Amino acid sequence: MTNEKNYMHKSWWKLLAVVLLTYTVIAGFLGPVPHLPLLQETIRNLYFHVCMWFAMMILFTVSVVNSIRYLRTFNLKYDIYARQFAVVAIVFGILGYSTGAIWASYTWADPNKPAANAFSTIARDPKLIGAAIALLVYFAYLILRDSVQDMDKKARISAVYNIFAYAILFPSIWILPRILPSLHPGNDGENPALDVKNDIDSGMRLVFYPAVIGWTLLGVWIATLKIRFNLLKEKKMSA
Amino acid sequence: MKIIRQLLLLLPALLLSLLTLAQSKPVEMADTMRSNGRIYVVVAVALTIMAGLILYVFRLDRKISRLEKESN
Repeated sequence: MTNEKNYMHKSWWKLLAVVLLTYTVIAGFLGPVPHLPLLQETIRNLYFHVCMWFAMMILFTVSVVNSIRYLRTFNLKYDIYARQFAVVAIVFGILGYSTGAIWASYTWADPNKPAANAFSTIARDPKLIGAAIALLVYFAYLILRDSVQDMDKKARISAVYNIFAYAILFPSIWILPRILPSLHPGNDGENPALDVKNDIDSGMRLVFYPAVIGWTLLGVWIATLKIRFNLLKEKKMSA
Repeated sequence: MKIIRQLLLLLPALLLSLLTLAQSKPVEMADTMRSNGRIYVVVAVALTIMAGLILYVFRLDRKISRLEKESN
């Protein structure tokens, strides 16, 4: 495993991430948004909460691509890639889940009912359960990896598992929520997470899409740092 | 001479009265940070956090780059 120079050492996309995220924060708080009942100013969470999930999906996709690359070449480098991208994706997933919990507490939870009642309605929401299943499947990926001692066996088993995990990720966050009723926006439309037609106007898109790219690039940046560190560690151990 | 001194004493008193006059009506100042329900304060806080995190990641990047250079 050599340290060849590649996209990980380029700085233009890191700079782009910083610029886009700065833009997200400024335009995200100050830009115009539709005035909607119940949501009010919380609609600005679109630039933060929803972007976490987008970044998670993209990073999991990168991870599974690297698992397949590993199975094709048996180069341990790709196993490190797959693992680190999956870990950062899980972090983004947890952030998406917890930000969603805060958001739901102030929009879905019925303040007239006792807290336990109000929250049990939210907890039964199929979109939340689907996302929880997806995250738990990926937690198991990490546990499975760390429970195998042999390097090649570990890489091979976890690469195959990663493909299975990816195969359950999309049904649980894309297909399942389309079938079942939910409190989460984007119910009657085609999109399982966003009410693209009603809630999000063109002004919000101007912030939302750059925000998705910015958050994803930040995730990629962190993942590549972890990859570079682990490649160095690997090199030192084999030397 | 005495009159001049008295006038000089009068000057700060006049200025003071001017000051109180100014305080009685709202003063228009550079109050961007206090307008719009002070939302700009939130923007400043969020930007500070973002800058801190990015600086942290940037320094990590630099450190790893140095390690890579040493190991090559």
